[in-house]
Amino acid sequence: MGNLKVQLGELSLSNPVMTASGTFGYGEEYADFIDINALGGIVVKGTTLHAREGNAYPRMAETPKGMLNAVGLQNKGVDGFINDIYPRIKNFKTNILVNVSGSTVEEYVETAEKINELDAIPGIELNISCPNVKEGGMAFGTSCPSAIAVTNAVRKVYKKHLMVKLSPNVTDITEIAKGVEGSGADSVSLINTLLGMAIDVNSRKPVLSTITGGLSGPCVKPVALRMVWQVSQAVNVPVVGMGGIASAEDAIEFLLAGASAIQIGTANFIDPTITIKVINGIREYLERNQMDDVKQLTGALITG
Amino acid sequence: MKHITDFTIITNQRETDEFVVLTLQHPGELPSMVPGQFAEVRVDGAENAFLRRPLSIHDVDYSNNTIKLLIQEVGEGTRVLAKLKSGDQLNLVYPLGTGYSLPKSNRVLLVGGGCGVAPLLFLGRHFVENGIRPKFLIGGRTAATLIRLDAYEQLGDVYVTTEDGSAGHKGFVIHHPIMKTETPEFDHIYTCGPDAMMKVLAKYAGSRGITCQVSLENHMACGFGACLCCVTPTVDGHKCTCVDGPVFDSKYLKWEI
Repeated sequence: MGNLKVQLGELSLSNPVMTASGTFGYGEEYADFIDINALGGIVVKGTTLHAREGNAYPRMAETPKGMLNAVGLQNKGVDGFINDIYPRIKNFKTNILVNVSGSTVEEYVETAEKINELDAIPGIELNISCPNVKEGGMAFGTSCPSAIAVTNAVRKVYKKHLMVKLSPNVTDITEIAKGVEGSGADSVSLINTLLGMAIDVNSRKPVLSTITGGLSGPCVKPVALRMVWQVSQAVNVPVVGMGGIASAEDAIEFLLAGASAIQIGTANFIDPTITIKVINGIREYLERNQMDDVKQLTGALITG
Repeated sequence: MKHITDFTIITNQRETDEFVVLTLQHPGELPSMVPGQFAEVRVDGAENAFLRRPLSIHDVDYSNNTIKLLIQEVGEGTRVLAKLKSGDQLNLVYPLGTGYSLPKSNRVLLVGGGCGVAPLLFLGRHFVENGIRPKFLIGGRTAATLIRLDAYEQLGDVYVTTEDGSAGHKGFVIHHPIMKTETPEFDHIYTCGPDAMMKVLAKYAGSRGITCQVSLENHMACGFGACLCCVTPTVDGHKCTCVDGPVFDSKYLKWEI
């Protein structure tokens, strides 16, 4: 049977399938459907220094082969996570990464420092790419100097695996990727959602309360795949690919484009068991192609 | 416990131009469900219906392990569901959400508007099984939009309003004579339907010391608390309609009424 284990720096994953922040809650929401411990890792909901109520309803619009969201980082704040949620999930036997966001560099740093103390959290995913908050978030990830500044500052205080989640809403994603790699990122994950909008022609109003929101789902996959391919050629740290993955074939495309692991997001809403199906599908692909290690797929794209 | 299960369509009964009732066979013993809970239904074969569709559990028959879903054709997803035939499979994630809670007295009024009548049949049956005879107040635009009145009549007293007066009392549900009596004949209102209707009922209940449980229909992506898209403002801040609701005590909601 083919080996599914992968390494992201010091982080060992039993398989390359993780879940994307904001689509998997804290894992508990899916525990009736699947064995959470069978996953390579989960990235829990975006966490900020202070509790946030998020944006007003409506926050979601269904679009062709995808959806827009404008949740706006609703969360209980890092202390709420540590006191209320962490005790409930710390015994999951998978890699639990916390997605960390903030409005200022100081907020990112303080949140990361607190999470650094949690034994059962082997890494964070630094969210410099949320399109749905007025301050911070994507503002950090769309300018190279600010992406470097926030990664540098968090790197100084955060001792475990530092994954940085990149925004696709930029002219050249490889410049940002190289910038955060140079600032001490252990891996990069991409893509966060693409900025989009939807209009109700009957009311002539935007569907979302925030007018614009983040697009996800199969409709973004070709863009995400292209960016993963570009970034994997530009940096040496592992790349975690995501964007519209809804099958094992989709996941394998991202691996071939250069990803070492993948995250599944929006597809969890339609099939809460999709992660397990993708893991099994990757295993079957290896067997069918007489390959003995999933790592052989990473960057194995044949060109020319 | 939430389940993900393929049901088999037994019958697709057309009720009106807009509405059908699907009867679904569960492959084994049905899990226990609470009236007001819902299912997230996967729509296969629709070009533009990407997400599952949240639909109230309309009725449950534990002895035959069947459930009913009331479908109103409003978009591509529901149009595809309304075309399902006997023998077709339908994938459900269920039972989801927090349903209605039982009353402290036996005097209950169940108020439905439009497709909001869907959960009230299962709720009414639940009351009858607990020795409570419910009153139903059902509102529609016209006589042709009233659905399955006979099924509700088997469980309790049914009062009707239509906007054009083509059936029952002319007007909205709040205009029905049973809402006009000085001392109401009920202590609890259970309602599902348009927000405007439910807000009027919440105001009515609030001013008379009556409890009012309302069922919201906010747009959802997941249906089980993972995406945080379907929130509604409450006295405790944003709460997910899919997990903390869809049924809420109207006083818990931050409604401008």
